[in-house]
Amino acid sequence: MTIASRLIILLTFLVALMASIMPLPLSVDAFRPDWVLVVLLYWCLALPSRVNVISAWVLGFILDVLLGSTLGVHAGAMAIAVYIVAGNFQKIRNFSVWQQALIVGVLSALYHLIVFWLQRFLTDAVFLPSYLYPVFTTIILWPWAFLLLRKIRRNFRIK
Amino acid sequence: MNPIFKHGPAPQHRLILVLLCSAALIFFDHKMNSFESARGFLQSMVSPLQYLATAPKQMMNWAAENIVTRRQLIDDNEQYKINELVFHEQALQLDIVKRENNRLRALLASPVRSDAKKMVAEILAVDSDPYTHQVVINRGANDGVYEGQAVIDDEGIVGQILHVGTTSSRVLLITDVTHAVPVRISRNGLRLIASGVGVIDRLTHNHVPHSSDIRIGDLLVTSGLGSKFPEGYPVAKVSSVIQDESRAFSQIQSQPVAKIDRLRYVLLLWPEQPNEQQPIAAESLPNKKAEKQ
Repeated sequence: MTIASRLIILLTFLVALMASIMPLPLSVDAFRPDWVLVVLLYWCLALPSRVNVISAWVLGFILDVLLGSTLGVHAGAMAIAVYIVAGNFQKIRNFSVWQQALIVGVLSALYHLIVFWLQRFLTDAVFLPSYLYPVFTTIILWPWAFLLLRKIRRNFRIK
Repeated sequence: MNPIFKHGPAPQHRLILVLLCSAALIFFDHKMNSFESARGFLQSMVSPLQYLATAPKQMMNWAAENIVTRRQLIDDNEQYKINELVFHEQALQLDIVKRENNRLRALLASPVRSDAKKMVAEILAVDSDPYTHQVVINRGANDGVYEGQAVIDDEGIVGQILHVGTTSSRVLLITDVTHAVPVRISRNGLRLIASGVGVIDRLTHNHVPHSSDIRIGDLLVTSGLGSKFPEGYPVAKVSSVIQDESRAFSQIQSQPVAKIDRLRYVLLLWPEQPNEQQPIAAESLPNKKAEKQ
């Protein structure tokens, strides 16, 4: 793995982090897809030896700082979601893009539920169905993100 | 390169390691608050990312401000001139009232109130997760912002500073689940606590006896008792009073008067220390407006 390919992976993560805190109108905001999770899952499927649980935790930690939540909440949820993919990457790789999108949807729902459970445990948050809206946008986002990231990976020969 | 044999620790071990890290972080951050200083440092570390993320919105704002017709500008200008006249007149009155008030306080041998230092801050509009109500503003330790500082907008109390970075800081809004502010009813001086419930347009008041005199529409102002917020700024208007005798206390809810969901500029308040160098000259107008309330 060259320095250039490392940089490109970092850059995709940076863009995902920015997209996840970019200000949006209040009506669209509840539908913001999990950019960081999608990019993480792609790299974990493509290069499981490079991007895995530890990188997921670090990115989740940065997200915690950016969102101002209790440190470790998003980090833990992200690590669990990526762990499931890291254990089954060979199976998931062989699925079609839409089947993968469904799996990503399930993982995204798991991620949001873990974050909610932790928040509920810490601050008595009340569950609103709108907390799970991002799952749908994440399912729609996955095929496009997958194609784009695969193009990037092949173009720059990241291995 | 595709290794046949995996090296490094097994995924399970990594997961257990990071989950332990997470648990430790959550415990120390939430229960012990031992990351207060580290938070400020982390906030400074990520603030370039926040500035970058708001760049597109800033560009849109810039475009919207620059691409306007001449006609519209002339109309706006006229409106501002009229407003300035009205405010100026009110400021004159305020000056007289203030002097009279100071004289009366001096007669009563109470301490004379001095002007508090104020500073305008812009919301970086960085949005947070749905479980917490926070915003990030473009002022930090470099501007003298400190933790627990009161933040208001042109209508009333917005919240207080939670974490301070070098060039940006985080504001906890009054509607957050973890926030409460001591208030009193401006009509009769009854003291209450206004706590957030995690809904953007609602505050709740616990432990209010049935006998207390509260009506819908009562204005709640800060009582200055917690010594975080200066006294007398509007916080909320009572929106519902349910006095059900079968319950121990009456259920009071109120609606914040500050436009919490469409903030753009806010005002930071410093406690009363007469400071010669006001930060920006253009702030004199919002200052007067805020004092008037």
